[in-house]
Amino acid sequence: MLDKMHILICGGPECRNSKSKQIRDKFNEEIKRLNLGDDIKTILTGCFGLCALGPHVLIYPGEKLYSGITLDDIPEIVEQHIAKGKPVERLLFKGVFDRTKFKNRSELTFFAKQERVALRNCGIINPLEINEYIARDGYEALGTVVTTLTPQETIDEMKKSGLRGRGGGGFPTGLKWEFASKSVSDQKYVICNADEGDPGAFMDRAVLEGDPHSVLEAMAICGYAIGANTGYIYIRAEYPVAVERLQIAIDQARELELLGKNIFNSGFDFDIEIRLGAGAFVCGEETALIASIEGERGMPRKKPPYPAVKGLFGQPTNVNNVETFANVPPIFLKGSDWFKSIGTEKSPGTKVFALGGKIANTGLLEVPMGTTLREVIYEIGGGIPNKRKFKAAQTGGPSGGCITEESLDTPIDFDNLVKLGSMMGSGGMIVMDEDNCMVDVARFYLEFTVEESCGKCTPCREGTKRMLDILNRICEGNGTLEDLDVLERLANMIKDSSLCGLGQTAPNPVLSTLKHFRDEYEAHVIDKVCPAGVCSNLTKYLVLDNCIGCTKCARNCPVDAITGKVKEKHYINTDICISCGACKAACPVNAISTKPEDWEAYNG
Amino acid sequence: MKTLEELKVLREESYNKMYMRGMTEGVRVQVGYGTCGIAAGAKPVYDTFVSEVESLKLNNVEVTKVGCMGECAFEPIVEIVESNGSKTIYCLVTDRIASEIIEEHIVKGNRIDKYLLSKIKR
Repeated sequence: MLDKMHILICGGPECRNSKSKQIRDKFNEEIKRLNLGDDIKTILTGCFGLCALGPHVLIYPGEKLYSGITLDDIPEIVEQHIAKGKPVERLLFKGVFDRTKFKNRSELTFFAKQERVALRNCGIINPLEINEYIARDGYEALGTVVTTLTPQETIDEMKKSGLRGRGGGGFPTGLKWEFASKSVSDQKYVICNADEGDPGAFMDRAVLEGDPHSVLEAMAICGYAIGANTGYIYIRAEYPVAVERLQIAIDQARELELLGKNIFNSGFDFDIEIRLGAGAFVCGEETALIASIEGERGMPRKKPPYPAVKGLFGQPTNVNNVETFANVPPIFLKGSDWFKSIGTEKSPGTKVFALGGKIANTGLLEVPMGTTLREVIYEIGGGIPNKRKFKAAQTGGPSGGCITEESLDTPIDFDNLVKLGSMMGSGGMIVMDEDNCMVDVARFYLEFTVEESCGKCTPCREGTKRMLDILNRICEGNGTLEDLDVLERLANMIKDSSLCGLGQTAPNPVLSTLKHFRDEYEAHVIDKVCPAGVCSNLTKYLVLDNCIGCTKCARNCPVDAITGKVKEKHYINTDICISCGACKAACPVNAISTKPEDWEAYNG
Repeated sequence: MKTLEELKVLREESYNKMYMRGMTEGVRVQVGYGTCGIAAGAKPVYDTFVSEVESLKLNNVEVTKVGCMGECAFEPIVEIVESNGSKTIYCLVTDRIASEIIEEHIVKGNRIDKYLLSKIKR
């Protein structure tokens, strides 16, 4: 039996002075007195890093931190918190999440605001060892489900949890399972969509590499619920480490008979195979994915019929994303009520975000739904480096839109992001600062979709290409105001008439940047200036008066366009300058500007 | 394995092994070995830990690969989990730093503060 509760008592030298040993003994004594069982462990740990306020006691689950407690407080904590589950508010440490107080505990600045459900084992267990997964309650959910629940009860529990698909659309998972289970057929399939294609999203890879068994277990649970005996994991060959670890995990699970015939003597058979994709973005769309597994070209088809009715090899099929599956075992272990208690009412649970771009802590984080963007970017992400100003964050990759500063305090969930003109997508989050040109950003994403469009339907194949032509023209300085209208019209047309999600969402980055940053587009076409200094044809560099004359810019200039004496202000000869930006990057005092307003001031 | 009871027995065994319960001085070295870690150079780090542990005959040290912890910008990340429950996260580890961690932290018991994740200037 895994421990129900851990009581961590700070045993650092400072706290040891304040009697951590006695505190532990007192806890044990009280737990024994109230007969609370031996699955509550008291552990002496290293220093918590807040020595002045010791002694500390940290109680899991819940990560409740008590500080400055005395021996007399312990009976109350044990009676109230441990026996009844009610933390003793009076004794709790105030401001656990205050960054300033925890400066010397790295875990707490980055990890404190996180709540890890899907990533619960990532970075903790050895993914090559099934035993380590089992040590952390692995396969208990599967065992319990197949031996105690009927398939319908399994689906009901799933529906009750309110889990929504984490791949992007946010469709309720329980409902999806129900559709597949209601389709009558003697052969059904479960597919795990591991074709992660958003530029900048890598949470599925992290789960598959760090905790492959959780996906296998969840697929088996899903198979039991809908009546399927075969599962496929569709993963791109670009993830070789994940593929290798998945195969090892499948082999180990088969060896322990956690996959295969008659699992847990319940008469339920389930086995999983891996199918490799070549890394096409469109194969993240479920019908294209199914076509690809069947050996066809990865192209979407018209829906309905939905895969739940007619999917892989014409049979009812349930397709879920990796992160969705990773959430399934904890739901069955801890109950749907527990899951519903996290996050918001309409979007329960947590979401993993891959944070990238202009952010200090590039990486993966998992927060409860309803966390604001500000918390994600400034508190967990560590803010924007080099004292730059936040401009926008792109969520949902090439299918999403940008979120601007005034929306930073909106709680993130599926519905709010759609309202803001973006979408959850798979959870990539790219942060942009004042040095990013939004027209260029839109162009980047569109370049991606043009390349990834499968070409089956005309709006997506031709329309996105034409949009890209217009954006290229604008970035080169040849755009007109009329282009902006054409761009908008074309975008809406593609959105309305494309066959699959790829085309329907491809114009989103353009539409949302047009909506929020129209002034930047206008600066490009009217003033022929790129305010962020990215589009080189539209950028002129200027040395400001705060130049200290360090000569770094002149030494870094590849075309020798900069002149000036040591300790005196330098000048850029704009006739020679090729607008490469090397001087700006080299300047230690930020004295080189591309801003239109600085040019205006200079010209008088 | 055919019953939940068997699963529970295996879990208990694995749990004890993983968390070194009952041992007095176990150390678990967790090397971040996701794609991010590998790309940042986790392999030489892992190899160094394994070979040093072998050559110094540190029988109570277990070196293991784990997945991504999330702080990808600071890989390779190595977490030292000790039997008293203390956890130390080192970041941007190289094979040289790995030897230093073995020598200073694991053998002598002195945490090397300058390599801690929390000390890195963002």
